[in-house]
Amino acid sequence: MALEKPYQDIPGTIVFDADMSRKGYHLNQFFMSLMKAENRKRFLADEKAYVDEWPLTDLQKQGVLEKDYNLCIEQGGNIYFLAKLFYTHTQPFERAVSTMTGMTPEEYRAMMLSGGRPIEGNRSIKENQGDK
Amino acid sequence: MARISSAVFSSHIPAVGAAIDLGTTGNEYWSPVFKGFEYSKKWQADNTPDVIILVYNDHASAFDLRVVPTFGIGCSEEFESADEGWGPRPIPPVQGHPDLAWHIAQSVILDSFDMTICNDFKVDHGLTVPLSLMFGQPEAWPCRVIPFMVNVIQYPPPTGRRCFELGKALRKAVELFDEDLNVHIWGTGGMSHQLQYKRAGLINREWDLNFMNTLINDPEELTKITHPEYIRDAGSEGIELVMWLIARSALGSQVDEKHRFYHVPASNTALGHLILEKAGN
Ligand SMILES: [Fe+2]
Repeated sequence: MALEKPYQDIPGTIVFDADMSRKGYHLNQFFMSLMKAENRKRFLADEKAYVDEWPLTDLQKQGVLEKDYNLCIEQGGNIYFLAKLFYTHTQPFERAVSTMTGMTPEEYRAMMLSGGRPIEGNRSIKENQGDK
Repeated sequence: MARISSAVFSSHIPAVGAAIDLGTTGNEYWSPVFKGFEYSKKWQADNTPDVIILVYNDHASAFDLRVVPTFGIGCSEEFESADEGWGPRPIPPVQGHPDLAWHIAQSVILDSFDMTICNDFKVDHGLTVPLSLMFGQPEAWPCRVIPFMVNVIQYPPPTGRRCFELGKALRKAVELFDEDLNVHIWGTGGMSHQLQYKRAGLINREWDLNFMNTLINDPEELTKITHPEYIRDAGSEGIELVMWLIARSALGSQVDEKHRFYHVPASNTALGHLILEKAGN
């Protein structure tokens, strides 16, 4: 019997479980390669050529090349691996994270300064549907 | 006989390390965070142990997806600061304690906790930021540190219950060590935070404060929190709080609270911090 995934009811969240890890293995190892300065340099010189050296799917490549971080996460990327891409682009972590939320970096920072995203309304997809 | 006399709990946030390294701790954004550690630095200077067992997680710095150990213990002499993509932090290398680390590894494995023995790796912000918060910027760290890694990135991490039981085995292992050592145990990571996808930025103050309270007074109660509950209430990255349970149970049930601090935000994260001493210490 398959293991249940009760966490799929949590809104706006992708849990890096076995299925995601398998899907994202090469993508995450690609991110890991950016820990080396010489690889960062090669990547920045020609992103497409560097990405093509890796056995990634078209969607994974698209996520990387378009800096579409939600797409990267959907395609099996894990945030701590994805962060290597932020650093390669010298993009501050908080700014990079804000792009995943549909907010501007300023709106996101203001939300964090006022106590963060509230749990109310963000606990459960089922609960939210029940409210309507 | 060695003994665990105190436990320190703290979030480990890369931006906090950057503020220390760049000297921006006094600005408007960061000063409330560092105020919360003023007492801690004094306490730490007055209570410097021989060894810290530092429970933390690696964040795809030393370990990637090729090998994912659930529990790892650093057994070598020295650990350098990892380059996480912006150069290694300008801090002294961490001196390990191979005698105690190997002793613990053997003891807890024979107690049915299957540790992975790790020798050659670098330590990232998970370990080094709490060190900087407690000790400031010394030329050399004033005590030895045993890195104790927990996987909290690849789901599922070990359960809270398993972490709590491991803490007990750790305490027993330390007490079986012949040399007379004063040992502290640190639990790091947390508190509520989510760094990914559309719900990023989640903070759950009420849940965090309750977690800290219960950790002090009735820690075993926290072993009932399931993984989906951690993720739901504390965010996808908040699940790393299971690491606090290792340190808390290693200290033993009766404790004196020395310090408690909570602040939002530190970058994307709620910062929590506690200092507990074994009662009657
Ligand atoms: Fe962490």
